[in-house]
Amino acid sequence: MRERRLQAENLHLWRGETHVLRGLRLALNSGECLQITGGNGAGKTSLLRTLAGLMYPEEGCVLWDGEDVRKDMQGFHAHLAYIGHEPPLKLDLTARENLHYWVGVRRPVSRAELQDALMRVGAGDWLDRPVRTLSAGQKRRVALAGLALMNAPLWLLDEPTTNLDATGQRLVGAMIEAQLAQGGLVVAAMHHELLVASAAVRRLELVGTLERNRA
Amino acid sequence: MVARDIRLAFRKRGQLVQPLAFFAIVTTLFPLGISPELSRLRDVAPGVLWVSALLASVLALELLFRDDAQDGTLEQQALSGQSLTWLLFAKTVAHWLLTGLPLSLMAPLAALSLGAPIVSLGGIVISVALGSVALSLIGSIAAALTLGVKRSGALLSLLTLPLSMPVLIFGARATELAMTGAAFGPPLYLLGALAVLGVTLAPLAAAAAVRINLE
Amino acid sequence: MTWTWFHRLGSPPHAYALAARLTPWFAWTAAALIVAGLYGGLVLAPPDYQQGDDFRIIYVHAPSAWMSLMVYTTMAVSAAVGLIWRMKVAHAVAASCAAIGASFTFAALVTGSLWGERMWGTYWVWDPRLTFELILLFQYMGYMGLRSAFDDVQRADRASAVLAVVGVVNVPIIHYSVIWWNSLHQAPSVMQLGRPTMPAAMLIPLLMMFLGFTLLFLALLLVRMRAEILDRERTATWIREAVTS
Repeated sequence: MRERRLQAENLHLWRGETHVLRGLRLALNSGECLQITGGNGAGKTSLLRTLAGLMYPEEGCVLWDGEDVRKDMQGFHAHLAYIGHEPPLKLDLTARENLHYWVGVRRPVSRAELQDALMRVGAGDWLDRPVRTLSAGQKRRVALAGLALMNAPLWLLDEPTTNLDATGQRLVGAMIEAQLAQGGLVVAAMHHELLVASAAVRRLELVGTLERNRA
Repeated sequence: MVARDIRLAFRKRGQLVQPLAFFAIVTTLFPLGISPELSRLRDVAPGVLWVSALLASVLALELLFRDDAQDGTLEQQALSGQSLTWLLFAKTVAHWLLTGLPLSLMAPLAALSLGAPIVSLGGIVISVALGSVALSLIGSIAAALTLGVKRSGALLSLLTLPLSMPVLIFGARATELAMTGAAFGPPLYLLGALAVLGVTLAPLAAAAAVRINLE
Repeated sequence: MTWTWFHRLGSPPHAYALAARLTPWFAWTAAALIVAGLYGGLVLAPPDYQQGDDFRIIYVHAPSAWMSLMVYTTMAVSAAVGLIWRMKVAHAVAASCAAIGASFTFAALVTGSLWGERMWGTYWVWDPRLTFELILLFQYMGYMGLRSAFDDVQRADRASAVLAVVGVVNVPIIHYSVIWWNSLHQAPSVMQLGRPTMPAAMLIPLLMMFLGFTLLFLALLLVRMRAEILDRERTATWIREAVTS
C-alpha cells in the first residue's frame, strides 16, 4: 500500500452551544494508530465523525493525502471505513446477507470472501441466522468482519471492543495490527487499552473542554 | 440496493400490506359516508380514489428511510464512497415497487366498487402508477427531512401533501377523463412531467436532507 | 473587495447593529406610506365603474398576496445562502420570515375570500391561483412545523432550508397561474410592463401600499431577526455589551 497521511488542522466544532473541539490538530501516517481517550461527553465520537466527514467543523479542515476531503468527499469515503457505537446491521437479514449488501455497495464481494471473513471472526456456526437472534458480542464480530472486507486504508473506530469478551478483544488487536502492517491507518476511540503490541500507537486525550496531544 | 430493500421488505411482509389495507378501507369509507348509489359515487370516484391513494402513500413513506436511519445502515450508505443521490433513488424505486405499484394494481378494484366503467380501468392503472411514482419521489424528500423526528407521521403528511397537490389535481383529472371515455392524454403527460421532475430533483434534495440529519 | 460587505453582514454582531439602525427608518416610512395609501385608496380614489366600492379591498389584498410570494422567496433565498455559505445570520433571516409570510398569506386569502363573495357570490372557489396560494400557506406551516421538530438549532436551520428551497417552485406557479389557466381570478393588471390599465388615482395609492407593505415586512423582519440573533447567540460575549450599551 502506498504511503497515506491523515491530517486535521485547527478543527473547531460546536455541538449546540458547546465548543467541543477547540483548534485540534493531528497528523497520522501509514502504519500508525491513534487512540483517542477521554471521559463521556469529551468529544471522542464528535471527533471521529468530523474526521469521517459526517460532521462539518466550523473552522479548520481534514486532509487526506494532503487534499482537503471536502473537495472529493466520495473519493475520501472510498478509502475510509467507519464503525460507530452500534454495529450497522439490518436485524432481519442474516450475517452473510448483511455483509453482502454492506460491503457490496462499495465493491463486488464474492461468497467465498464473505465466508472467509466470517469464519475468521468466529462466526462459523451462526452466519446464516437473522441478526436479531445474535448477541451483542456476535453482532460486533459481524461488524468486524465487514471492516476487514472493506479494504480501506483508513479505519475510524468508535469503541470497537464494546461487548466483546477477551478473545474478541484480542481479535480486534490482531486486526488492527494487521491493518497497520499493511500500511493502513487506524484512529480508535477507546476507554480501555488497545491490545496492540506495536510501538506505533499514539494517544490523544480529550479532556472535557481542553485537549492535550500526547504522542 | 433495490434487491436489498425488496428482500428486506419481504422479511417483514406484514408491514407491506398495511398501506394497501388502508387504501382499501378508506375507499370503502367513502361510499358508506356519502351514498351507496353508484351514479353519485361515479361522480366523486376520481377524487376519492386519488385522496385515498395519496393518504396511503404518505402512510407508506415511513418505511422508506426510517429503519436504515435507526440501525446505522443509512450512515454507512452515506459513507460508502458511492453517490448517496443514486443510492437513495434506488431505495425510492424499491419503495415504489413495494407500495406504489401494488397500489396502482389495486386501484381498478377500488374504482370498480365506486362505479367506474371497465374500459376506464387501464387508464386508471396508468395514472395511479405515474402519480404514485411522483408521490414516492416527493415523499422521499419529506421522509429524509424528518428522519430524526419522533412520531413524524403528522409532520410527514404536512410536508408531503402541499407539494403533492399538483399530482392529485392532474391524477384525478386524468381518472375523470378516463371514466367518461374521453382522451386523458394531457393530464397524463403532465403527471409524467411531474414524475420526471421528481426523478431529477427529489433524490438530490433527499440526499442533502439525509446528510443534514446524519450530522 | 466587494464581498467583504457580504461577509460582514453575515457576522451576527454587525447584522444586529445594522438592523437596529435601519429598523426605525423602515418602520416609520412604512407607516407613512400605508396611512397615505389607505387614505388615497379608501377615500380619495373614485369608485370602480364595475364594482363600486367593493374593489377597495384590493388595497389590502393585492399587497398581501404579493408579499406572501416575496417573503417566501426571501425565505428560500436566505435559506439557500445559509446552506451554501453556512451563514448563521442567513438562517436567522429565513427563520424570521416564516411567521410574517404566513400572516401575509392568511391576510391575502381572507381578504380575497371577502372580495370573492362580493364579486363571484361565493367565499371560496377552487381555482388555480387560490388553491396554490392555500398550498403556500400550508408550506409556511410545514416550514415552521419542521423547525420546531428539531431540538438542535443547526439541524433545524438546515433541514428547513432544504424544505424552503424545494418549495419555492410554488411561487412562480402562483404568479403565472392566472396566465396559464383559465382562472376566475383576474389577470395581472398592475404588473404588466407597459401601460397599466388602472387610472392614476387608483394606481398611485396601490403602489404606495405595495411599497409600504414591503417596508413593513423589512421592518418586521429586522425586529424578528434581532430577536433571533439574541436567542441564538445568547452565550456570546458581544451580546452583553450590545444589550447594555
